Amino acid sequence: MTLESILFYILSAVAIASALLVVTRRSPVISALYLILNFFCLAGLYLTLHAQFIAVIQIIVYAGAIMVLFVFVIMLLNLGDERKLSEGMSYKKVIAVGLAAALLTELIYIIETSWIVLPASTVSQGTDIGTVEYIGLQLFTGYLFPFEVTSILLLVAIVGAIVLAKRKY
Amino acid sequence: MNLYYTDLITNSPLLTLTATGLLLILIESTKSTRTRLTFGVGIVGLAVTGVLACFHLTPEQSTFNGMMNAGGYGSYFTIIFVLAAILTFLLSRSYLERMGNNKGEYYILIVFATVGMMLMASANDLIIVFLGIELMSICLYILVGFFRVKDRSNESSIKYFLLGAFATGFLLYGIALVYGTSGSTNLTVIARSFPTVSSNTMFIIGVALMVVAFSFKVAAVPFHMWAPDVYEGAPTPVTGFMATGAKAAAFAVFVVVFDRTLGFSGGKLNLVIAMIAAASMILGNVLAIAQTNVKRMLAYSSIAHAGYMLSGVAAANTEGQSGVLFYLIAYLFMNLGAFGIVGIMEGEDEKNLSIDDYAGLSTQRPVLAMLMAVFMFSLAGVPPFGGFFGKYYVFLAAVKANMTWLAVVGVLTSLVSAYYYLRLVVLMYFRDGKADVPMKPSFAAMVAVCVSALLILQLGLYPSAVVQLVQSFH
Repeated sequence: MTLESILFYILSAVAIASALLVVTRRSPVISALYLILNFFCLAGLYLTLHAQFIAVIQIIVYAGAIMVLFVFVIMLLNLGDERKLSEGMSYKKVIAVGLAAALLTELIYIIETSWIVLPASTVSQGTDIGTVEYIGLQLFTGYLFPFEVTSILLLVAIVGAIVLAKRKY
Repeated sequence: MNLYYTDLITNSPLLTLTATGLLLILIESTKSTRTRLTFGVGIVGLAVTGVLACFHLTPEQSTFNGMMNAGGYGSYFTIIFVLAAILTFLLSRSYLERMGNNKGEYYILIVFATVGMMLMASANDLIIVFLGIELMSICLYILVGFFRVKDRSNESSIKYFLLGAFATGFLLYGIALVYGTSGSTNLTVIARSFPTVSSNTMFIIGVALMVVAFSFKVAAVPFHMWAPDVYEGAPTPVTGFMATGAKAAAFAVFVVVFDRTLGFSGGKLNLVIAMIAAASMILGNVLAIAQTNVKRMLAYSSIAHAGYMLSGVAAANTEGQSGVLFYLIAYLFMNLGAFGIVGIMEGEDEKNLSIDDYAGLSTQRPVLAMLMAVFMFSLAGVPPFGGFFGKYYVFLAAVKANMTWLAVVGVLTSLVSAYYYLRLVVLMYFRDGKADVPMKPSFAAMVAVCVSALLILQLGLYPSAVVQLVQSFH
């Protein structure tokens, strides 16, 4: 077992455990804290895949900025009695859990049966694939057009947020 | 990559409309004008885009480093989207004024939603497909909830947003698996590596997840749950725009990704789409009978029409492809026209939306009743209207692809659908009632519905012009 695969198993285990804790905890603040742990584990996984830049961005943007937003929203909503959030069992829930379990089994089966035949050559491109320089080069050459489209997308999102929030009737 | 000058010229419809949208934001931010200027500039921008697209119906060219396919097929869809947007503009103005919410941002969002649709139809890379879908969807989420003070509008917006976010998740997961197996997001490269990866289970699951996401966007069974509620709660012109423009965009992606790139995974996916199509036709038409609200009825009817068009996609032959393209343009006029009349009839606080409110319309408003009858006959697929030939071509394609059962289901459910379409006509013409419009319809809205009706008749009488154009894309 290489160091890489040991790290992978540790990080994945912690990521899955913290993700489960996010959805099972009653208090939203504690859920948010577990979500941070989950984000850090994901950043670690990106590092093992030679994606240094994405890993750093993951921590700065998600664990930093997005998390602050989350905590603000939790505070603004002022969720006093969290017990109201939890519901009882219903037949819909049972069906949903059953379907989710079926999907999980399918996915595990697929990954088990088919990852051996993956074309490996397309994935490994050396260690410089995750550097800022490489990403910047790709972003402003081959992927310039999607990059520009993204800017339009963000602009529209801003316009939409203003439409929904600005004027009082 | 060098950004060649020719790339900009061949993509001029897209760039023109994007520039129009940006200009509209600037106009709106000066605040010195009312929405009249935004409306006017938007219409002109859309019209110019449409004209430019007409000049680019030439064979396709790969542009922007293989990201976009300019011309041909994409230009045809651009014309559909631009027509949908212009008709929506014309129908919206008086509607929004009546509802007391005529804001310039409405038109900006329609323009940008159209840009998103154009990206989807011309995309040659899954990244562009994704960005186009998101650009269109974000605009639609906001447009659906545009009447912020109305509970119904808010409810449908949040419902659409949450379910749409799930669909996006499915799409991204599918794209990730396809990328993981084929090594690229570029559709040309995926098509090239298709023979080697098509037997890979992971690849098939990736494609299946993408089918889920696109089926959600076209509102096909079993991913249709959102459609009736969202269509009912949205402002009526927006509903019309979603049911025609957004649906056409999703079908554009269906044809681009599945028919042209994948050529269908050895018939398996074919059968899946055929089953989705059959389920949509049956469920949409049967549930539409029970509806008393006109907007809900048209929502179920649009689910059924998604089924008809999907049978053309499932056939996966050239007839099916051109059948879908023809169907989409006929569907655009008949459905947008029908929603236009519903919008003209609608009063404040969601009044005048029940089917019974149309009783006796022919004595009060003979022209409106006649136009509505045209749209209903065309939706039911009665010749000589455009809707008939749309159905004819997709069912013919299904028969040629050895899916006669699918065509049989289509024809039988069309018969069922005649019941609820013609019920409205019977109510308007043979029942006594005091149906009337709340306000005199505006000139712009009347122009929009009259032009739609005329074009349906034109498509029904001379379908060959469009069919020949559509067949030249293969």
